[in-house]
Order: sequence, then C-alpha cells, then structure tokens
Amino acid sequence: MSSKVQVILVALSLTFIGLFIVWYKVSVLGIPFLPHEKSSVYKVGAEVSFEGKSKAVLVSMAIPEAQEGIQILSEDIASSGFGYAEAQTKNGKRAEWSKRRVIGSQILYYSLEVMIEPGERNPKPPIESMAQKSESLSDLPNTLINTAKTLLDDVRARSADTHSFTAQLIQEFNDKNPSQAAKILLTQGGKAKIDMLCRLLRYRHIRVRKIHGLYLVSERRNIALTPMLEVYDGKDWQLYDLNKGKVTRKKNFFIWKQGGDSLLDVTGAKKSNIRFSINERQVPVQYLLDKKELLDKAAILDFSLFSLPVSGQNAYMHILLVPFGALVVVLLRVLVGLRTSGTFMPILIALAFMETTLFAGLIMFIVIVGIGLVIRSYLSNLNLLLVARISAVMIVVILIMSFMSILSYKLGIKEVMTITFFPMIILAWTIERMSILWEEEGPKEVFIQGGGSLIVATFAYFVMSDPFVSHMAFNFPELLLVVLAGIILLGRYSGYRVSELIRFKSMVD
Amino acid sequence: MFANPFTLKKLGILGMNKRNIHYIAAQNDRKYYPLVDNKLKTKVIAENAGISVPKLLATIKRQSQLRKLTDILDPYKKFVIKPAQGSAGKGIIVIVRREGDLFFKPNGQSLKLRDIHRDISNILSGLYSLGGKTDVAMVEQLVEFDPIFERYSYEGVPDIRVIIYKGYPAMAMLRCSTKESDGKANLHQGAVGVGIGMASGKALFAVQHDAPVTKHPDTGYDFSELQIPHWKEMLSLSASCYEVTHLGYLGVDIVLDKNLGPLILELNARPGLAIQIANRVGSLKRFDKIDEQLDKLDIADRVKFAINHFGAN
Repeated sequence: MSSKVQVILVALSLTFIGLFIVWYKVSVLGIPFLPHEKSSVYKVGAEVSFEGKSKAVLVSMAIPEAQEGIQILSEDIASSGFGYAEAQTKNGKRAEWSKRRVIGSQILYYSLEVMIEPGERNPKPPIESMAQKSESLSDLPNTLINTAKTLLDDVRARSADTHSFTAQLIQEFNDKNPSQAAKILLTQGGKAKIDMLCRLLRYRHIRVRKIHGLYLVSERRNIALTPMLEVYDGKDWQLYDLNKGKVTRKKNFFIWKQGGDSLLDVTGAKKSNIRFSINERQVPVQYLLDKKELLDKAAILDFSLFSLPVSGQNAYMHILLVPFGALVVVLLRVLVGLRTSGTFMPILIALAFMETTLFAGLIMFIVIVGIGLVIRSYLSNLNLLLVARISAVMIVVILIMSFMSILSYKLGIKEVMTITFFPMIILAWTIERMSILWEEEGPKEVFIQGGGSLIVATFAYFVMSDPFVSHMAFNFPELLLVVLAGIILLGRYSGYRVSELIRFKSMVD
Repeated sequence: MFANPFTLKKLGILGMNKRNIHYIAAQNDRKYYPLVDNKLKTKVIAENAGISVPKLLATIKRQSQLRKLTDILDPYKKFVIKPAQGSAGKGIIVIVRREGDLFFKPNGQSLKLRDIHRDISNILSGLYSLGGKTDVAMVEQLVEFDPIFERYSYEGVPDIRVIIYKGYPAMAMLRCSTKESDGKANLHQGAVGVGIGMASGKALFAVQHDAPVTKHPDTGYDFSELQIPHWKEMLSLSASCYEVTHLGYLGVDIVLDKNLGPLILELNARPGLAIQIANRVGSLKRFDKIDEQLDKLDIADRVKFAINHFGAN
C-alpha cells in the first residue's frame, strides 16, 4: 500500500472516529453542540497534600453543606488507597480519610459542582444551635479588658443597632489608622483579627459565627478560603466581609465551613496543606438536570475531562487549544508559505497573548525582542559558546521583563504585569535565532520571519481565544482526532503555496 | 499579482511542498546527508572517487593539534581554512600570501599566527557549526579563480550550481555576487542567478530577487555575452557526484580554478527553487523526462542525455 493511500486511510478513519463520538455525545447523550442556553456551573475543588511518616494517617476536613442560594450538584472524591467516610458533627459535615501506613507525599482531592440558583437569596431562618457561651474576656489582663470595654462603648455610641454596631466595629479594626484601642487589642490580644472580633461581639451578647468560603468566579487556582463573620441581628443572619466591614449579599459567596472547628486536621503526617481551586464551565440547563442520570448511563463521560480534579481541568483548557494553534501554523506555513522563526514559537506566543490581550502582547513582544537583539549583538562580539550565549540572553530577557514590569507598575500601566506569561526560554531562542539571521541574511529576513511569526501568532490567538473553539475543544476533545487528520493531510499537500504564486509570477508573464 | 496555480502546474514548476515530499524526502536517504553536510566527508569521498576538488592540505581535529600549527602551515604560502560543518561562508579564513610572521587576507589585512590560532580554536569549539556541535577545521588549497567571471561579479566569487536528478544534470545556473549580497553567492541575499543552457553553456536569463534582469547591477555588464568555459567537463563532474553521494536530488556547486579547471566546492541535499526562474523553465518538465528514462546509463551517457533533451531550452 503506497504511503499516499495510507495517509488518506488514516486521516479518514481518524475523522470518522472523532465525528462519530461527537455525534454520539450530541444525539444520544444530549450534550449541546453549540454553546447556547447556558448557565454557569462551578467546580470547586480542595486539594489536600501532606507527607506520610510511615504511620497511620487520619485526615479530617470540613466540607460544605447544603446552603440556600447555591445548589450542590455533585460531589467527587479522589483518594487512591485511602478509606473515606463522611461524619456529621454539630458544627457541620466533615470528610474523613484514613490509611494505616502512609509513606511519601500524598494528594487527596475533594470537589463539588455547584450552581448559583437564579432569583433572590432568601433570608435564612435562625438555626437551632443559637445558644452560645457567654464571653467574659477573662483570660485577658484587666487593662486590656478595660480597653475593650471603652472601645465597645465608643462604637455603641456611634451605632444604632446590631447591624451598624458590627459594621462600625469591623471598620474600627480595618481603618488605615486604627484607634489606639483597636491596635492594642490586635497586638496584645494574641489572636487573629477575626477571632478578636468574634470575642468582642460575643462579649456584647451578639450571636456571631465564623464562616469560611469562596467567591465563585471564572477561574482561580491555589487560593485559600475567605473568612467572613455571620452575625444574627435579631431577625436574620448577615454576612460581614472582614476586610470591608459591610454586609455582603453576594450571591456568589459559597460557604465552605461554618463555626469554629478547624478546616483541616491531619494526624500522623507532616507538611499538610490545603488549597482550593475554582473553575467555571458553561453548561445548558437541561444537561445540568440530567447529569446524574447521564453519568449512570454513559461510561464514556466517566472518561471525559470533567472527571478530572478542577485544577487539572483548568490546565487542560489551555492544552486542548494547542492543537488548534498547531493547525493554524501548519495552514499558514504549508498553504500560505509564511516563514516563522521557530516552528511552534508562534503558538507559545499566542498562548501568552491570551493572558496579556493581543495589543499589549504584541507591543511587549516587540519591545523584549528588540532590546534583546541589541544586547545579543554585543554578546556576539564576545565569541561565547552557544549554551553560555543562550543562557546569557535568557538572563537578559528576564531582566528586561522584570524591569518592564516594575517601570510600568510605577507608571500605572497594569497590563504589563502579565508579561510573566511570555515563555522566556522561547523568547531567548527567538532572539538568538533572529540575531543569527540578522548576521547571516540581513535585517530584511529578520523582519520577514519576525513579522511572519507575529502574523501566525495573531491568527492562532484569534482561533484559540474564540469561545466556540474552546467550547468545542473542551466539551468534545475527540475533535482533536479530526484536527490530527487535517494536519496529516496537510502534511502531504504537495501543491503550490500562496507565496509561490507571487514568487513564480514572472515565469507566467 | 498572483500566478494561476494551474498555469504553474502546466509549466512544470516545482513548488516547495512538492520538493520536500516528492524530491528531498523520496530521493534523498537521510543516512547520506552527513556526506554532504560535512565538507570533510564530502572531500574524502570525492577524492577517493577521483572527482576534482580543492586539495585538502591538512585537518585540525583537536585543540591540542594547535600547538603544532606553525609546522602544519609551514609548507603553504596560500591556503583557505574552513569549518567542516559551517554554513553560509561563516568562519572561512583566506590567506593569499605570507611575509615573515604575517599572513595576508585578500583585502590586504594582515594576521599573526596568534590570530589564526584563535580563529581555528573557535571553529573547533563549534562557533560556526549548526547547533554548536564541535567541529573540525580544514586547511584547503586556495582556489585561484578564473578571471573570466570578473566582470559578472562584485567582490565575491561566482559559482555554478548544477541540479543533479537521479544522476542526470537537469538544470544549471551561475550565481554572481552583488554589492547587495555582500559578496556572497546566495540568491535570497540578492545575488544574481543566471540560467545556463545545458548544451551550450551560454547564459539564458538572469534574475535578482526572483525578478528578471539583463545586466549585472554593479558592474553593468550584459549577461547575454556570458559563456561558461569547460562546460561539458562541468556537467560530467557534477553528474559523477551522484555515484558517491547516492542522493537522487542534489545541488552541486562548482568553481573554476584558472589552472586546475572546474572543482567541486560543495554539495547540497536541499537545493532551492530559484534556478527555475533563472532558466525560465519548470524543473518538473526535466525531472519527468529523466523519470521516463529507465535504462541505467553511465556518466557520459547521462550528460549526453541532458544535452540532447534539455539543450533546446
């Protein structure tokens, strides 16, 4: 079988398999082909990591309970080799992992899919365990108690009800120049701001709870929980943002844990740590309702990217777009004949553009490469060996990047801070290649290849940042087989390039 | 602005994609690439096969050999030092005469032994080779260029590129350096390519930057009077490279020494496409005709075949 026939057969079968899976998911499983009629689903993940000491390990983590305004759609636990159980304590639910002997570093995943319910958030009815121990502040020295009393009286004088009292008190601690009393309480009270506030409020017999939660936003990784105070004002529980001192009624605040129990207890291991990630996905309302049913029905979805932990999903969102960038590169090089400096450099630049925005990215790229070329031309006088020279250029790139960040931050141009998304090693190689090109072929060729790279990067950026493309890539990753087939076919294209139609024009005349 | 692709196809013009898939990948076995990419290997196999090349005087492979540099260079009044894996003429030192301790370059600049020592050391450490691989320095006999081309060249030396397809000379051009190309014979840097008639050795057309020209842009001489001497010898010299390289699609670069005649300077496994514009003929027309020829012919008959079939244009 000739290689040409093989290429066509391989491409056809890849396309067929890819399109068949898409068809199956669309028509049988009901996943929408087009991104419309959507509502946001947030995957909130907690990643617990620790290092075993060859001992039995017990991990206990507070987990969220049903709450009004936000619906928990599904729960997912990934913890190979660990026993898992859920426990109900009086302060809420806890997830408990256990294992007899744990060696080396371990990661446990716990994630939830949640959806913000449409409509207003209804006030919460008071919960039963309203009784709280009275606070006497008796462990503090007398002088400190007196300071607290004075402060509280002062705040009380300035407020009208529980609500304004709480807001004023938080304000007192957040003020740029906190009052003498607040300062002393914070420094000598020996506890964090949130705990001190709780104690002071309880001292005045105000019912208060500590709350930890997360704002549901489109994408976050490696974040910690945001602490909040929940205060009962006689009718409702009100949430107070600890840093703003105001009642927040943000519908997108997802409460992870209430009450004073610790978030994470790990016994028998060291270096325990917990990090959270959030990731938003647009899914159709219909799909949401059926998801549970769907998962039972189709094993195929169990192997989809949605079954990965959230932090992994976020990474894949970008990785899955790279093949589309590669398709753009192949198209523009093989069919159009644009010359680029480095084969896949434009894709990496396009990925950086997605973070920096196109215009700012283009300017930053040109500035870095421009300055880099000037410095590299001096380095070439020093006759350095290749590895040393590239390393030197890379250090120069890093210096330029940090200098640009600092300078622009001082000037108030925030966009430049995203400069760190540029892949510096690729930039160093680009500078090296362009500089050699300049010496060997002259500046014209540098502009042709540099310009070609930027044009390809811009096209790749437009394709990769297109919401439809990213919807397809993430929801139907099997389409990559179709992209693969397309690239294989293009790899056998032996016709003329657009640039050659211009180049050989004189032969036709 | 754009040529009709179907017209180009009818003219048999070879495009980059087709060249890469159907000619370079299909005809040139990768394992033979080092034979042409490394000038030292090329020279050794060419000399063994009796193909004329500039004589290899010495090779310097290790830094330790540099201690004996005086002894190595002692017998030679003029020579060229070049990196075996260099490209685009980088790292080449040309010495035309010596006076006492001094070595003189063609432009009259003098070098001390110490300078040459440093330059060779750079070659050995890979400064000019692709990817910075350690390299070998070759000391070569200086080619004394035939003055016949002086009028058609600015500062540099013209060479003759012959495309050898399956051992048959398919197309040829003279590459003349210009002021713009900085004395280099590379067409994309602005050198002029002059198509050469396969039967006559006479100039056909000239192009610079893929556009037709009639005169050399710097010297002003008309290319139409150009006639390459030793033309048949050049054809058989280049055709003979097929046997030693096993490369089906090969570019052979020839220079003309005023005493020794044509010498092979370099071989290229990925020759470019501009030669078609200089000849105003598509490569495919000629390659297809060669493909039709199934008998195994020797060098002389292959040259005869080329002259008979490609001589008319």
